[in-house]
Order: sequence, then C-alpha cells, then structure tokens
Amino acid sequence: MKIRFWGVRGSIASPGPHTARYGGNTTCLEVRSDAGELIIFDAGTGIFPLAQALLKQLPVSANIFITHTHWDHIQGLPFFTPLYIPGNKAKIHGAYDFVSGSGIEQVMNVQLQYSYFPVREAELRAAIEYQTLAIGEAVVVGDATVRNTLLNHPVTNFGYRVECNGKSMFFSGDHEPWTNIYTQEDADYDEYQAMIDVRQAELDAFLQGVDVLVMDCSYTSSEYPSKIGWGHGTFDASLELAYRIGARKLVCTHHEPTRSDEELEKVFADLLTRVPANGPEVVLAREGLEIEW
Amino acid sequence: MSQISPEVEKKLGAAVERMPAFPKSVQKVLELTRNINCLPRELVGVIEKDPVMTVKILKVINSAAFSLPNKMTSINQSVVYLGLNTVKNMALSFAAVGILPRTNAAGFDVQKYLMHSLTVASVARALASHQLAGEVDPGDCYIAGLLHDFGKVVFAQFMPDEFKAALQYCHDQGVPLHVAEAAVIGADHTVVGSMLAERWQFPPTLVACIRNHHEDGAQDGMGDCLRMADQICRYRQFGDAGNPYRVGEAVVAPQRFGANIDAVIESLGDLDKLVAEARSFAQVEAE
Repeated sequence: MKIRFWGVRGSIASPGPHTARYGGNTTCLEVRSDAGELIIFDAGTGIFPLAQALLKQLPVSANIFITHTHWDHIQGLPFFTPLYIPGNKAKIHGAYDFVSGSGIEQVMNVQLQYSYFPVREAELRAAIEYQTLAIGEAVVVGDATVRNTLLNHPVTNFGYRVECNGKSMFFSGDHEPWTNIYTQEDADYDEYQAMIDVRQAELDAFLQGVDVLVMDCSYTSSEYPSKIGWGHGTFDASLELAYRIGARKLVCTHHEPTRSDEELEKVFADLLTRVPANGPEVVLAREGLEIEW
Repeated sequence: MSQISPEVEKKLGAAVERMPAFPKSVQKVLELTRNINCLPRELVGVIEKDPVMTVKILKVINSAAFSLPNKMTSINQSVVYLGLNTVKNMALSFAAVGILPRTNAAGFDVQKYLMHSLTVASVARALASHQLAGEVDPGDCYIAGLLHDFGKVVFAQFMPDEFKAALQYCHDQGVPLHVAEAAVIGADHTVVGSMLAERWQFPPTLVACIRNHHEDGAQDGMGDCLRMADQICRYRQFGDAGNPYRVGEAVVAPQRFGANIDAVIESLGDLDKLVAEARSFAQVEAE
C-alpha cells in the first residue's frame, strides 16, 4: 500500500516562497493498493499535478472519494485532465448534501457553469460515474475496501478508511473533535456531553488499530479557542486520538494557508516534545511525501 | 379504527414540506443567523420550540438517505450528527418558506395551538424528571409533547373545511375533538400525526406515543407523561388546541400519578416560568 500527498494546504491554495517546501496546493492524496488500484482522496488544486503524472500512465481508472464539497477539496476536479480523454474512467464518491437535497453528482455540475468555467459537463469524454454513499457504506476497489464515517464539519464530511491485505490507512478530510455547545450550568449540558461521548467512542472504534492516520491539524491548541465551530482539528487533539486508537503513524495535514514553512516546523517541533515514548511516529504532510508499507 | 387512504396520507406528507414555520422562530432564526458568532445553543433553543421546524429536521436526520443506525429524537442529536451549520442552513431554508398565518379557513388559532404544544412538551418533560426519573427520557417526553397534536395543524392547513366542521361538532355535541374528527373527517389527528411520523421514519416510540395519546388505560412511562401533561395543560388552560377540558374528567393515569390532578400539578413546583416562556414564544397574550 502506498500514499502520496499532492496537496496539503487548507482553505486556499497558497503558493509562494514561504510555502515552497511543504507546498501550497489544497488537499489531494493518492493512495495505491497493493495491486496498484488508484484511489484519490479529494480534488483540491493538488489533483492537477497528480493529473499530469497520470497522463503518462493512460488509460486511467480513478476511484475518487470526496470527503466534503468545500472548495479547497473539489476545485481541482475540472482540471483533472484524464476526465477529458476517452478511454479513461472515473468513479466519484461522496456524501449526500442535506441542505441542497442532492447527492455527490452535483459536485462537477455546480462548478462547470457558463459564467465560471468554459467547458460543460457533457463535454467531458471519460466515462464518469457518481456514487452517493450512505454512512458506513463499503466500496470495494479491486483488492482494497474503502469505508466511510461521518465526521464533524460545517458540511457533511466523510472520513475514509482503506483496508488492503491487512494494511490500513485513514484520511479525515476536515474534522473538528465534537465540542459541547452548552456550558456546565445549562440543563442540556450532560445530555449533550453523553451524545458527544458516544460519537467519539464510535469514531475511536472505527479507527482502531489503523496503520497510518492522516488528520486535519489546522490549528495549535492556543489558536483553537478563537476557531471553535469552524470545523477543524488541532495537532494535539490528533496526537491524542492517534495514541488512543493505537495508530502506528500520524500524518498532520490541512496546513493553515498563512503558516509559513518555518512556522509550521516550529509548531511541529513543539508537538514532538509531547509525543509519548510509546506513541505513534508523527510526521508533517508535504507535497511529494510518500509512505509505503 | 378510523383510517385515512394512502393517497391522502401522501398528499398531506407532501403538503407539510411546503408548510411554513411559526412567526417567532422564523424571526429568531433570521435574526440569529445574521450573526456569524451566534451561539449554537440559542439557535437550538429556537428550533426546538417550533413543531414545524422540528418535524422537518427529524424527517431529514431519520431519512433513509442518512442511514443512521439509531433513530433520532431531538434537535441536539441532530446537531451532534449533522453539525450546527447544516442544521442552521436547514432552519434558514424553512424560514424562507414564510410564516404560518395565525388564522386559517378552519378558524383554528395556530398560535394557541403552539402554546398548548409547548406547555405540554415542558410539563411532560417535568413529569418525566420529577416523577419517573430513570424510567423515561425527559427529552423524549418533550418531543412527544411538542408533536403530539401535529395532526391538528395539518388538518387546519390542508383540510380546513373538514376540520372546521369537526371543531364545531366537538363544541355542539360535547365530545372530545378526536371523537369529532373521527366522526366528521373519518380519521382523527392521532391517526394522521402518527401516520406521517411513521412515513418520515421517526422513532417507533414517538410514533406510538402520538398514536395512543387519546387511548384509555395505563401506558408506558412516556405515554403516561404525555397524556398527563396534555390533561394538565387543558385543565389549566395553557393554550388551546381545540379540545377543551371538561369538568369532572377522570385523571388519565391515576395508577402512576394518583387520582388528584391538583396534587400532580403541585408536585411539579412552580409552572409560571415555563408557561411565561411558552406564551412569549407562541406570542399568545395572557388571558
């Protein structure tokens, strides 16, 4: 099994000298099963360099899984050039949108509007299929299986776990650990906390024993209090989660667009001082990082 | 057993989709969602007081599309699973439908109905907490109270002529409203309310509670809390859902709460705050 990171930035693409080493493209991960099946998580701007690489390996059969439909996770999709070439296949998976009442099939169409993009969806020549996933629905991709779990973000967000011949990885997309909306004085506090505890226990069970845990680590613990409810996690919360569920490796991603390479390394060095001796290996995601096991 | 045809049920279900919410919640949702820093608990506090918004959100979260392993019974649960922003945007879309007019062709005052639903909800929750602690979930009793008479507001909106005749029959013949509905419409509000709740895949306990709230005899804890609360609110004239208290009515759940309604009310402590809150939300003047 192999993972390659093509986009590790959150919110908005952030190219420039300050992000040159870790990269400015928004979220995109390439996962290869043992048999070489192509699984792509999210279609941020990082999917464009991936597309360039794939053009050397035609025909392409891509299994794309969208964690959620915020721009930084979908806006590279119209630039996934294999979609324009007959003979290629793409199957796009994602969640149902409760507010619009639509499934993942709208993800391309909403972007390919006349005023915003010159190509219409009907002009894409690859064989494109959409599959809106129910919570927990498993998708078999060759020798791998991809399962989803519902996470906490301002839009429906699935985290995905891939299993292949006893190996496993998980990608969160965007996730903020559940927090209580009440204060301890409120009558509803205990009941709400109990519901949150159930959700956290369900997530922990879903993640148990995963080899590689790729998590949204947007903020530091000191930044977080002013970002509650924005739907993103912290380095420390992700580390605690990884330790609790027995992950072998934690990969921190979804870097803040304003965080320079130097600042990112500083924050990361600080985190490393808190990794327990028997804790997971912790690494920072960067464009081009490959993990194979 | 009164019945309603699948065609009528389908029609009513579709009509509820387009049904506007109550004035105060529409106004508060619009107001709160203009502020990016609005407190989640304030928004929940508004949505969970509106039967129309509550029905619509429970319908979404319990739908097959969501495929949750357990049925959901509260707005808080909906926020935990769907996230605040999704619930907020759903509430905004419900607010955009408009405002449920206070008056309708049936002559049914929906704001007095809301006052009744809110007080029954709060009293049912109080009964569960004070008298049946550990036996029933107070939150479940609240939602049962809020939605128990939903069938009436559906009648008033979408079968106003028939419902008007039923209200008149109830008044003229001196029979309970559900008996009048069965005689005039062919099905009462418990049948319609529970059929819709079942169609929307609400939790079976909630469906049963809505269906059985005019049945005689002892029921489970949730059913008894709901029926007792309903009777207390009619006795004390908290709001009006078209079914007046009749002097000499037997207490509905004497096995559980005793046969003296005043003593049951006494056991709940001061209800003034609860009633004032409901009155303010339902925009009903004190009488």
